[in-house]
Amino acid sequence: MSWGFLRDLLTGVNKYSTGIGRIWVAVVFIFRLLVYIAVAENIWKYELDEFECNVKQPGCENVCFDHFFPVSHIRLWALQLIMVSTPSLLVVFHVAYRENREKHRNQKLYKSLGEIDGGLLCTYLISLVLKAGFEIVFLFLFYKLYNGFKVPRLVKCDIRPCPNTVDCYISKPTEKMIFIYFLVATSGLCIVLNLSELSYLIFKYSIKCYLKNYVKKHQ
Amino acid sequence: MDWGALHTILGGVNKHSTSIGKIWLTVLFIFRIMILVVAAERVWGDEQDDFVCNTLQPGCKNVCYDHFFPISHIRLWALQLIFVSTPALLVAMHVAYRRHEKKRQFRKGDQKCEYKDIDEIRKQRFHIEGTLWWTYTSSIFFRLVFEAVFMYAFYFMYDGFRMPRLMKCNAWPCPNTVDCFVSRPTEKTVFTIFMIAVSSICILLNVAELCYLLTKFFLRRSKKAGNPKHHPNHENKEETKQNEMNELISDSCQNTVIGFSS
Repeated sequence: MSWGFLRDLLTGVNKYSTGIGRIWVAVVFIFRLLVYIAVAENIWKYELDEFECNVKQPGCENVCFDHFFPVSHIRLWALQLIMVSTPSLLVVFHVAYRENREKHRNQKLYKSLGEIDGGLLCTYLISLVLKAGFEIVFLFLFYKLYNGFKVPRLVKCDIRPCPNTVDCYISKPTEKMIFIYFLVATSGLCIVLNLSELSYLIFKYSIKCYLKNYVKKHQ
Repeated sequence: MDWGALHTILGGVNKHSTSIGKIWLTVLFIFRIMILVVAAERVWGDEQDDFVCNTLQPGCKNVCYDHFFPISHIRLWALQLIFVSTPALLVAMHVAYRRHEKKRQFRKGDQKCEYKDIDEIRKQRFHIEGTLWWTYTSSIFFRLVFEAVFMYAFYFMYDGFRMPRLMKCNAWPCPNTVDCFVSRPTEKTVFTIFMIAVSSICILLNVAELCYLLTKFFLRRSKKAGNPKHHPNHENKEETKQNEMNELISDSCQNTVIGFSS
């Protein structure tokens, strides 16, 4: 069980997406998942070992690290990727439910299983809202937990058992900051894609509804 | 999810590329991605652990390392490879869109019923002409831009492509100017020069492919400009014949489609 599962999930969802949805899947795969696995994981790999405080007091480094990094950047990043991909499961389940219904009743109930109309449209819109919502929540969490998206070189720590205020040095702060900005940029792009897909679908289907009613009135 | 997945995605684009494009893809996978994963990552694996400064001052090593390596070579290469591979996705999306349109036409029983079944549409290879030409050419252009930008970024950040053995550092909290020693400088220089050389080869391949596509485009245009002036009357007769043929085909196609669905 690893990232391959997420990849399979997203590939499955691709079939029932609009054009913008497919671009979103491509952005998540390549600029977020691939960058995370191939590049970012290695930067944070030894973050605790390389975290150094200017003191010999045993336990001080551990306590200070825990104070400044309650949840590591890389773990938040992974959680974000998982939470943001999960709403697509709603669409997959709905399509499976449709397939099941058609099989049980042995009759064609839907014009096409994967076409986004009626109930499936609602599910799809909800999944888009959830995706955008999760992205915003995680970005806000990142911002709140770490006081912005910067990674300082030096942090001052005076928690017991540290004897007084000690200087602690974070490893690779510039590289970490670059990749956090990269994460924020790709998250922002994904939010924009989700919101444009949402507006496009609402616009398209309201025009369709309006035209249907207009035609009915004039018949 | 790893480089293998990228290989699967780009492998699909390979079918619709020119020969130079196929060579570019091979060079990318064998001489860049494979070398990165199999060799370069090991060389840079212990870079911070074995970066040693001649001082016992805690924190000095961290700060000096961060000062000299704002972003590690290996990470820059990985980003470069990801960005350089991405424009090919534009082509993949365009091809997928064309296939989708053809499938829709086939299902509606359109008069241009050139295919026997949907599998043929799936396996069809599209020629690089029309709008696909523009997509393909823009993807090559973006590739070139990304390659150039990353090579410049490398040169700018590391003052050239050599890895020095010794760096002098006096960032706080280092007490004074300390000597810091990089691990495996010669091996890193060798791999850096290798990666830059392969990048340059990729740039040359992209430029060659761009020139080839432009030449083909202008040749096709001059042929088209030449033809219509010669046989105006003959073409009208040809057109009416073609229209009759199309009507016959559409009738027979509709019959076969109705046959399929029942």
